[in-house]
Amino acid sequence: MSAENAELLTLQDRYEQKYGFRDPENYVFKSRKGLSRAIVEEISLMKGEPEWMLEKRLQGYEHFIARPMPNWGPDLSVLDFNDIYYFVRATEGEGRSWDEVPDDIKRTFDRLGIPEAEQKFLAGVGAQYESEMVYHKVREDLEKQGVVFLGIEEGLRQHPDLFREYFGTIIPYNDNKFAALNTAVWSGGSFVYVPPGVEVQMPLQAYFRINTANMGQFERSLIIVDKGAKVHYVEGCTAPVYSTHSLHSGVIEIIVKEGADCRYTTIQNWANNVYNLVTQRARVYRNAKMAWVDGNLGSRLTMKYPSVYLMEEGAHGEILSVAFARHGQNQDAGGKALHLAPNTSSQIISKSISMEDGRSSYRGLVHVAPGATDSRSNVVCDALLLHEHSKTDTYPYIEINDNDVLIGHEASVTKVSEEQLFYLQSRGLSEDEANLMIVNGFIEPFVKELPMEYAVELNRLVALQMEGSVG
Amino acid sequence: MGAVLEICDLHAGVNGTPILKGVNLTVRQGEVHALMGPNGSGKSTLSFVLTGHPVYEVASGDILFNGESILDLEPDERSHLGLFMAFQYPVSIPGVTVANFLRTALNAHRKAKDPSDKGVSIPEFRRLMLDRMKFLQMDPSFAGRYLNDGFSGGEKKRAEILQMAVLQPKIAVMDETDSGLDIDAVRIVAEGVNKLVGPEMGVLVITHYQRILNYIPPQFVHVMYDGRIVESGGPELALKLEDEGYAPYEEKYGKVVTAP
Repeated sequence: MSAENAELLTLQDRYEQKYGFRDPENYVFKSRKGLSRAIVEEISLMKGEPEWMLEKRLQGYEHFIARPMPNWGPDLSVLDFNDIYYFVRATEGEGRSWDEVPDDIKRTFDRLGIPEAEQKFLAGVGAQYESEMVYHKVREDLEKQGVVFLGIEEGLRQHPDLFREYFGTIIPYNDNKFAALNTAVWSGGSFVYVPPGVEVQMPLQAYFRINTANMGQFERSLIIVDKGAKVHYVEGCTAPVYSTHSLHSGVIEIIVKEGADCRYTTIQNWANNVYNLVTQRARVYRNAKMAWVDGNLGSRLTMKYPSVYLMEEGAHGEILSVAFARHGQNQDAGGKALHLAPNTSSQIISKSISMEDGRSSYRGLVHVAPGATDSRSNVVCDALLLHEHSKTDTYPYIEINDNDVLIGHEASVTKVSEEQLFYLQSRGLSEDEANLMIVNGFIEPFVKELPMEYAVELNRLVALQMEGSVG
Repeated sequence: MGAVLEICDLHAGVNGTPILKGVNLTVRQGEVHALMGPNGSGKSTLSFVLTGHPVYEVASGDILFNGESILDLEPDERSHLGLFMAFQYPVSIPGVTVANFLRTALNAHRKAKDPSDKGVSIPEFRRLMLDRMKFLQMDPSFAGRYLNDGFSGGEKKRAEILQMAVLQPKIAVMDETDSGLDIDAVRIVAEGVNKLVGPEMGVLVITHYQRILNYIPPQFVHVMYDGRIVESGGPELALKLEDEGYAPYEEKYGKVVTAP
């Protein structure tokens, strides 16, 4: 075994200890591998969906088959769509209390600390295992105020009109190849509705877990924040490590109505065999605010560019992201802000860290439509390189079709300097501790946007990620 | 018995260029030494070699701390022994607050002494830090700023002294702490150092000018010239240098042409 392989294995061991445990598969249903029209129909049938949803799925399927693989970014040729399980049903239904969740699956979420966090500081929790949500619960007082936090399938069953009004309107089936795939085989995810004027003070959290090898997880979430309402949604993700690839391809659609405030936070820590190809987009209306807070630490390849479509005057969008790539990882992240109305504003702050031979890229778009006068956008992308062979790239696209706008773009690439390391070491920190401190300082502007519990968790994940670097 | 730092016939350089050409010097806990010399004489190199900067190579000679060679020790290990350097040009660490940094450094020291140490509790650390800051007449808001990031020259030097006050080294090297400071800033920084000097700490004050020594009176003064200590004496030697400058050494040993 080469030294490099040995190193990769020890990295996997560390992830394995904390998140990488596997459960036996006592599943209710597991589709055969591969994708076909029949599989799409089967999924729809098993979920007991209305006809219009099946039609949407099939539209997605046809478009997915017809559409070529995107070739403008990282290499996706190793993905074999015939070698993936598209639908795995782990339980009979979604529990409303943890007692209703099968013991072995509940144990998994216990090990990940989810029920404990629910008690302490969350307004609601959703837990997805393989293809479907196994648990969803929102605090009773919020439920009484009309806050809806359900598994996406339940959302469709209980709120068919609201669902149909918005589903696939923010990210249509033909938006991109992976949105088409998700439209065809989506399963799991959350449905959130916050009624006008209701402010949900504590976060709603969804936790996504893949257990099976060669699994495809296609979560689909729809979040509607009505006028003047406020919500913070947080998602976290882990999986066991397998030598073969898994695919996570989610689609998240968010509508932020007039004067509303929505924040969507992701702490992505997939195992390093997962391809994480996600489309996230929010439409933001008059004087409303949307923030994507996106931390990508895991996966083999992530391609993810959360977007804000600023639809009406006074809309504001923020995209704050941290990407951390180490050995064998490629984080292709960034964000898009589309200014489609006058007096809209956006801010994109991207922080990327590359260590060993990891590669991270910022890929972003700022678009100002004709007539979007007095719009303002500021983009800051900073890259930190820890080692000689670490890589970073920046692909900033700016399209401005109006003269009266204010657009700022700053980019920086920093290497951890010998002088910084020496300074910290001379104060008693080991080289690893010094590197960690520099990295933590670098992502501080991001971390301080997180609720305290997640800030602590992120710092812990970063420390785990950096353990035993090989230089 | 107090700690002793002994520098024995030390030859060192960078990229094959010799800079230190046989330095001998002993500093004991509780003593104040001044090391003076013109630019390029090797003063800063000595401080970097003492603390283990990886760019410098030691060709021969030794550095002993309490009789044991520290040449093979990493900079953090030297720090754990109780060796400290106040930098001439402190490095900024954006995003890391002074408080967070100090706590991490203090915990690293505690852990080095006792591997089972769980670290200082936050309330205990806060008390210690605020006490040290009060002692040095620093505004508590300083603790929340990012380390050396956007600090003025004087603030950087005071941050160095604060680190020294928290880590409580046995031997501290102060590398041109007075450089780039106006006279008021020198006085403030020196007052801070004076409060720390005592039987628990030995200091090697490296300086080009005599003025900081008005505030930190040394017991021993050494003149470094072209990589060697060419003269040692008491406080009167500093005054002599103030009057005569380094010209007599230039005449005696020739002009130094190496870059600093």
